[in-house]
Amino acid sequence: MSDIVLQTKDLGISFGGLKAVSGVNLQIEKGEIYGLIGPNGAGKTTIFNLLTGVYQPTEGTFYLNGRELRKLSQEKINHAGIARTFQNIRLFNNMTVRRNVMVGLHNNPEFKCSMFESMFRLPKHFKCEKKMKERAVEILKIFDLEDEKDSLACNLPYGKQRKLEIARALATNPKLLLLDEPAAGMNPHETEDLRRTVQALREQFDITILLIEHDLKFVSGICDRITVLNFGTVIAEGNTKDALSDPEVIKAYIGK
Amino acid sequence: MSKDNKFMGFLKSFKWKKYINYIIIGGATIVLAILAATGVISDRSDRVLLEKIAISMILATSLSLVVGFLGELSLGHAGFMCVGAYLGGKIAALLAAPLGSGMLTLVISLVVGGLAAGLCGFIIGLPALRLKGDYLAITTLAFGEIVRTIFQNTSAESFGGAMGLPTPIFSDRKYFFVICFVMVLITLFVIQNLIRSKHGRAITAIRDNEIAAKATGINVTKYKLVGFIVAAVFAGFAGVLFSFTASSVQSSSFDYNYSIEMLVIVVLGGMGNINGSLIAAALITFLNTKLQTSLEGDMAVLKDLVYALVLIVIVVYSNSPKLKSFRDKYNLHNLFAKLSKNKHESDDTKRWDVVPTKIKMDALLSTDVVVNDPKPDKPDKAPKDSKEDK
Amino acid sequence: MDFLITFLNGLSLGGIYAMIALGYTMVYGIAKMLNFAHGDIIMVGGYTILVFLWINPIVAIIASVIFCMLMGIVIEKVAYKPLRGASPLAVLITAIGVSYLLQSIAQMAFGSAPKFVVIADLGTLKIGEIAIGYSTIITLACSAVIMVGLNLFVKFSKTGRAMIAVSEDKGAAQLMGINVNNIIMITFAIGSALAALASLFFLLKAPTMTPTFGALPGIKAFTAAVIGGIGSIPGAMVGGLLLGVIECFAQAVPAIAPYTDAIEFSILIIILLVKPTGLLGKKRREKV
Repeated sequence: MSDIVLQTKDLGISFGGLKAVSGVNLQIEKGEIYGLIGPNGAGKTTIFNLLTGVYQPTEGTFYLNGRELRKLSQEKINHAGIARTFQNIRLFNNMTVRRNVMVGLHNNPEFKCSMFESMFRLPKHFKCEKKMKERAVEILKIFDLEDEKDSLACNLPYGKQRKLEIARALATNPKLLLLDEPAAGMNPHETEDLRRTVQALREQFDITILLIEHDLKFVSGICDRITVLNFGTVIAEGNTKDALSDPEVIKAYIGK
Repeated sequence: MSKDNKFMGFLKSFKWKKYINYIIIGGATIVLAILAATGVISDRSDRVLLEKIAISMILATSLSLVVGFLGELSLGHAGFMCVGAYLGGKIAALLAAPLGSGMLTLVISLVVGGLAAGLCGFIIGLPALRLKGDYLAITTLAFGEIVRTIFQNTSAESFGGAMGLPTPIFSDRKYFFVICFVMVLITLFVIQNLIRSKHGRAITAIRDNEIAAKATGINVTKYKLVGFIVAAVFAGFAGVLFSFTASSVQSSSFDYNYSIEMLVIVVLGGMGNINGSLIAAALITFLNTKLQTSLEGDMAVLKDLVYALVLIVIVVYSNSPKLKSFRDKYNLHNLFAKLSKNKHESDDTKRWDVVPTKIKMDALLSTDVVVNDPKPDKPDKAPKDSKEDK
Repeated sequence: MDFLITFLNGLSLGGIYAMIALGYTMVYGIAKMLNFAHGDIIMVGGYTILVFLWINPIVAIIASVIFCMLMGIVIEKVAYKPLRGASPLAVLITAIGVSYLLQSIAQMAFGSAPKFVVIADLGTLKIGEIAIGYSTIITLACSAVIMVGLNLFVKFSKTGRAMIAVSEDKGAAQLMGINVNNIIMITFAIGSALAALASLFFLLKAPTMTPTFGALPGIKAFTAAVIGGIGSIPGAMVGGLLLGVIECFAQAVPAIAPYTDAIEFSILIIILLVKPTGLLGKKRREKV
């Protein structure tokens, strides 16, 4: 049991009378790359929003490494170890690339520095800033972004913005990383690059990845297991190949 | 020899640009102190003008933290100043008999006034956690007016009521403007240091994208409150200084028009640009005061007229989407770039004063409690932007 | 009895606030901007009445309404239209500039001393112990008619429905063939006409006019619009009436009368803390 990172129990939410998501039971094991797929409006992003505290589940609950995270605020959930990226990229556009990552490092206990120490420029402030900068560059190197570290986030090309968002999420030192359509809008070359990066992440870090993706080729190339959603409920799950060939799934995707 | 080199090395690595505002204001303070001591600045109106400039610089810097960096629209900054002026002034009036109205009294009043204003900053920060845009703007405006009305209707013995609170004038009035400028330096030091630290980064992150900031683990509640409290404390300081320059504190000095004037200064200075705010504060206060004293009677209105026209023209010119291509062709930035060709800004610490000037202000002024953002923002825009930059 | 009189006075004051608040709320809903200069249009209306009063009060009122409409349109075309699509904060600052400009022009033309504008002495209606000014009754009746009329106009006329469409989605409205610029112009004209009428009713209540006359009613009406939920027409009416009644009752009690403004603003803050979009405002959820 101990190697289950994320477990959801009958997770669901309804808006008004509409059940957006209901009865989702996920069990994601440590080190897995897990896919969440389904047609538009199936409730994939809603599940991400539930897992990160943007919405409060109206039914069921979820656990990270056995700890119940329901009802925690977004930042608390992040501190507990879930980080995410967004479907429509949300970077800190007026900050440089390195600063974006440094915001991710904000809560790392290694870089603790009180507001008083910063305001009056005590030595700890300088030490901590220096260390943060170095760490940020290390993280940027993984994503091949260190050359752009001083350019503004909004000036990056699209693919790099996606990568920067992952870098920022990674900087918060998560146990579980949620990627919302990481390959959306990328060309085949960039997608391949992303695939390699995501796989490298798993190997280098002690991390589990849950991702939403429409690009089924990407999904089958990278995910160990997947869950397929339609109309807010699970219609298939299991290892990627089997689940994708499930007749229910084919029906959901291309109709009858 | 080696010591010399080390010193030269330090001089070379010293980031002048980063500290230029300290140097200029510090230098100005020293020069002014010398001028005051030698009796060059002895004219009362000059001193009053300098005091006014310093006070509005403090206000503009602190308001800039809330509006430019935290990204919350505040129309109640004069309210914090009001609290500082009344409480600091009252303490000063009480202490004037036993302690005189010198440095010690000033420091104690500053502490009291600053703390009281900070408390108000905390109180007004609470609704800021739930409200956004116009709703927050009207709330802060309402707060300022509430504070003012309350002080206006206090009894004559407590805070002077409608007659105003009599306050002692600083005993060494001749040098008071120097003290005001030292306070500007302190304000700048604290606020700029706060902004240029990990905490400031968290604050700017909230402004840029609150949802992402939350998801990145930033404690939004804490930093919003911090922003409001720090800004309020310094506005309170400005109020205390104000009470030491006037023989009485009148609540009518702190109405919402004054808050709006501060907002205008911050916006004209460039959102999120502290140096710009400082320059705008000095310039506008200078022009206001000079025009006010030089124009007599009904002509005094001319000042407001000119001020209003200039304001409209500047804002329309610098913001109109239709004039964008014209602006891009002929702007100061290009001019400076031509004048100094050796520009290389690679270190991002230097970019603090340029970066956030162009923040997306739509988020500041939207009705929705949460901003509705249906467009997939940036994706297709970003590559275009980078092309334009080339 | 006193209670009833205060209530009626409150309703009539509230009616005036509602009229001004409608201007704020409609402009906000359609142009998505805070028209800070709206309060000063009231002042413009008051001085226009003063100028034309020598002919005939009715002519003065009509002239005031027409002049304010033109003023609203001109301000929109000159100051706000170039900024369409620019940051809302820039528009706000421009509106503040326009407000200063109107005030200073008025001061240059009429001086800062109060001017008395006596339109008509209407006297008071006495029924037994109740004595109510005819001005109050007229204000009440007119504001009721205006509000009902405006509601009908927005709901059933082609222009009104186009206004709703523009406030919902400017881009989509344009694609449906609605001339957004015209709609915005009409909105400004209606809002300014309402402000001119508001100045008329204010002058019936108390016949003094100063260049800063519009500032406080403007802020109060803005408060009313926000209480009701800015952007919502019924909201502006509810907020205006609520604020007027509160103001009159607070002023009727000597102990709290000086704190009237503070009480009104506190109520605003409390309402916003409970309902962050005002009483009738729509809450929108952000898509993450």
